[in-house]
Amino acid sequence: MVEWTEQERTTITNIFTNLNYEDVGPKALCRCLIVYPWTQRYFGAFGNLYNAEAIMSNPNIAAHGITVLHGLDRAVKNMDNIKATYAELSVLHSEKLHVDPDNFKLLSDCLTIVIAAKLGKDFTPETQATFQKFLAVVVSALGRQYH
Amino acid sequence: MSPTAKDKDTVKAFWAKIAGKADDIGTDALSRMLVVYPQTKTYFSHWKDLSPGSAPVRKHGQTVMGGVADAVKKIDDVSAGLLSLSELHALTLRVDPANFKILSHNILVVLATMFPTDFTPEVHVSVDKFLAALSRALSEKYR
Repeated sequence: MVEWTEQERTTITNIFTNLNYEDVGPKALCRCLIVYPWTQRYFGAFGNLYNAEAIMSNPNIAAHGITVLHGLDRAVKNMDNIKATYAELSVLHSEKLHVDPDNFKLLSDCLTIVIAAKLGKDFTPETQATFQKFLAVVVSALGRQYH
Repeated sequence: MSPTAKDKDTVKAFWAKIAGKADDIGTDALSRMLVVYPQTKTYFSHWKDLSPGSAPVRKHGQTVMGGVADAVKKIDDVSAGLLSLSELHALTLRVDPANFKILSHNILVVLATMFPTDFTPEVHVSVDKFLAALSRALSEKYR
């Protein structure tokens, strides 16, 4: 089981309490689709992804970014049992969405960059370590039910 | 996934904006790497102080960013330009090349914190590709 210190719990809770989902969600997903263009393979039905401007003004992508970011809420609320919390979502990503689990790391790196840009100096090395640890646990849980 | 002409222009233009802060970028990126990826500390057991912003970290951050600056100047042939640095890393330092990715990631994080408006997704992808090319060039002489 993953061990969290009080400091780590506070750090994660604070980041998500002060999060503007409507801003960060779309930014993170757009960045992922632009920086790692092969991830666009999962969004064939979302409309125009022809270039960065198209991606960043695509309302379907923006909406989905918000959905994905809210998906992290359950991890924030269940930090002591993230593996079980994401079992169902893991099955979904494997059996229905057929997402290569390597993509989870790509999106989590982009989310880290977006949060870093938002927090600036406040995204200290310790905060970064905690945030990346949190995302790594989520990423692992999401890949857990693949077979 | 090599940098295109457009990527190189983007990197050169962005570098012009950030070059003045190169030392701070190097210090911060190294500091973060040592904290967030503690296994990287194994390469610096000879330093007295591995804490963020310490003197050895600052000095080494300068060295590393000097290498990046050089690579930007030689952006049209990074492999050829960094031959001696590659030999240094391969034969003397023997840094596991997996760590180049780790340091690159932390450089990107620092750029995001220091230049939030300029570090757009387009700049991000070009810089990421450039750092990957740099890492490949540094790995050239390993085997």
